[in-house]
Amino acid sequence: MAKKKFVVGCFNDEAVLFPAVKKVRTAGYKIHDVYTPFAVHGLDHAMGLRETSLHTAGFIYGITGTTTAISCISWIFTKDWPLNIGGKPHFALPAWIPIMFELTVLFAAVGMVLTFLYLCQLAPFVKKHHFHARATDDLFVMAIECTDATNVDDLRAFLANNGAVETDYQIAEDGWWIGRYDKEEMPFESKQIVAA
Amino acid sequence: MASLRTQFEVPGKMKTWSFALMGFGLAVLVYGMITKGFSSDEHEQVHFWGTLMYNSIFFTLICNASMFFISVTTLAQAGFTQTFRRIPEAISTMVPIFGVITFAVLMYIVFGHKHHIYHWLDTEAVAADPILSGKAGFLNPKFFVIWSTLTIGLWSYLGWRVRKLNDECDNSEMDPETAAKFIYRGTVRTALFTVWFALTVGSTIPWLWMMSIDAHWYSTMYSWYTFVSSFVSGLSLIALWVIYLKNKGYLELTTQEHLHDIGKFMFAFSIFWTYLWFSQYMLIWYANIPEETVYFKHRVQGPYKGIFFFNLIINFLCPLLILMKRSAKRNYTLVAFMAVLIIFGHWIDFYQMVMGSLIKEHVTLGILDFGILSFFVGALIFFVARALASKPLIAKYHPYMKESIIHQV
Repeated sequence: MAKKKFVVGCFNDEAVLFPAVKKVRTAGYKIHDVYTPFAVHGLDHAMGLRETSLHTAGFIYGITGTTTAISCISWIFTKDWPLNIGGKPHFALPAWIPIMFELTVLFAAVGMVLTFLYLCQLAPFVKKHHFHARATDDLFVMAIECTDATNVDDLRAFLANNGAVETDYQIAEDGWWIGRYDKEEMPFESKQIVAA
Repeated sequence: MASLRTQFEVPGKMKTWSFALMGFGLAVLVYGMITKGFSSDEHEQVHFWGTLMYNSIFFTLICNASMFFISVTTLAQAGFTQTFRRIPEAISTMVPIFGVITFAVLMYIVFGHKHHIYHWLDTEAVAADPILSGKAGFLNPKFFVIWSTLTIGLWSYLGWRVRKLNDECDNSEMDPETAAKFIYRGTVRTALFTVWFALTVGSTIPWLWMMSIDAHWYSTMYSWYTFVSSFVSGLSLIALWVIYLKNKGYLELTTQEHLHDIGKFMFAFSIFWTYLWFSQYMLIWYANIPEETVYFKHRVQGPYKGIFFFNLIINFLCPLLILMKRSAKRNYTLVAFMAVLIIFGHWIDFYQMVMGSLIKEHVTLGILDFGILSFFVGALIFFVARALASKPLIAKYHPYMKESIIHQV
């Protein structure tokens, strides 16, 4: 992971954020991410993010669970250790369906949680840069990745014109690193914002 | 809102089709009634009246499911239904019409002493049978008639009251106080319907009308199973009408977002149907007690085997695999196809629930079934279209209208 340059614009209101996202994109800037205090409907469309494939992964995990259950139980009860249970046939499908269902749910749930953590690069003791502490409170924070051609002052002025209440220029780690939020710097104490 | 097409006009082609279907159905019905219904052969009588009975019960219940849909969404204060709410309202106007047909058929069976259909009508057999005499407090003609009358009457009346209230949204904008009062009145009226629905479709009516054919057998799952079967078909019926009207250029405010929600309902209740199907089947299969397995014996191992498992494929596997994807639930063509499939599948389900118990020796599915089906479909198209045309398609001053217009999944 490498350090990158970012221009950060902070917005007070989602009604201001949406047109700003649209304008930033049409102006050709690359939005790194938008951090919001709550899930904002339609923001993914506005940012042009593709649909998540988490559900496809979930379907595959589920199918894997069903297959695991049916193949394990049928092998155990018909080949490995056939038992006479209540006079039922060895291949007693109705009795296995609850187990097949449970394993489907278990595989899908655990698999999707792990995939989600991987996609978001989340794990215990993994730390990431916070562009603005108030993104977890009441501020909509848009981080724009700078290229060599980006004029930082122009971009900050552009954001301010489009309703940003604060703008900032940061050089920050793009990925994650091993660290702890409670042991290292307190994000809410550090003063990192220069008023626009 | 001025540019919206809120007045539905019944196309001539639709009328022609509904008359053709009804005409064909009526011809088959009359022919069947003469050759089978009033024949001296008990088997033929059972065949005809059983077929007419499951068709009329099925169509009454799926139309009644529309009013249940309105009621539960109103009780949950759901906003998204408002742009297309007049459709379930129009479908639920069929309850009195189909209800009267069902009532007439049931009364003919009870007062005609068709004890080959309802075994408990045979008073001598009941007196000699400890199981049936133990059930006589519930399974007797007097209770059957009173409870059926109350059921169909109250479904119609309480549903009419719910529809009537919503007409107030056509006139003028409501101020916040009137709107709050309107929502409260809607809650009370739909709650009354829901309670009555739970007491009938949710418990007693499927036991009385359909399960009592197997007078000795019982399943506490049966009513839920019947309810879900009719509810998921009712939802599919709503989806079909929504898609039809969208196709004709009406319902501009109903979008893919609303279709997506109806699709989710269809998907979810198909799974719920399977859950009940399985819960009923598995416990009986596992316990393997003769007086319980008697219901499944000829269905799983006899002539109804094909229909029984075909039913599971089209009512479970198809909705599960086809409606699972988000893009499928937002696709008008695919949802329409699935809606037809689900309605047909649950019609087959009702067929095997009733005819599977009446005529165990062979599958009777044939021209009589499809003829009576076409009569009911024709009547459904004709009367629902007429009900839709009688009111604006959108109750435009409903307090939740805006919420429904901007609905996004």
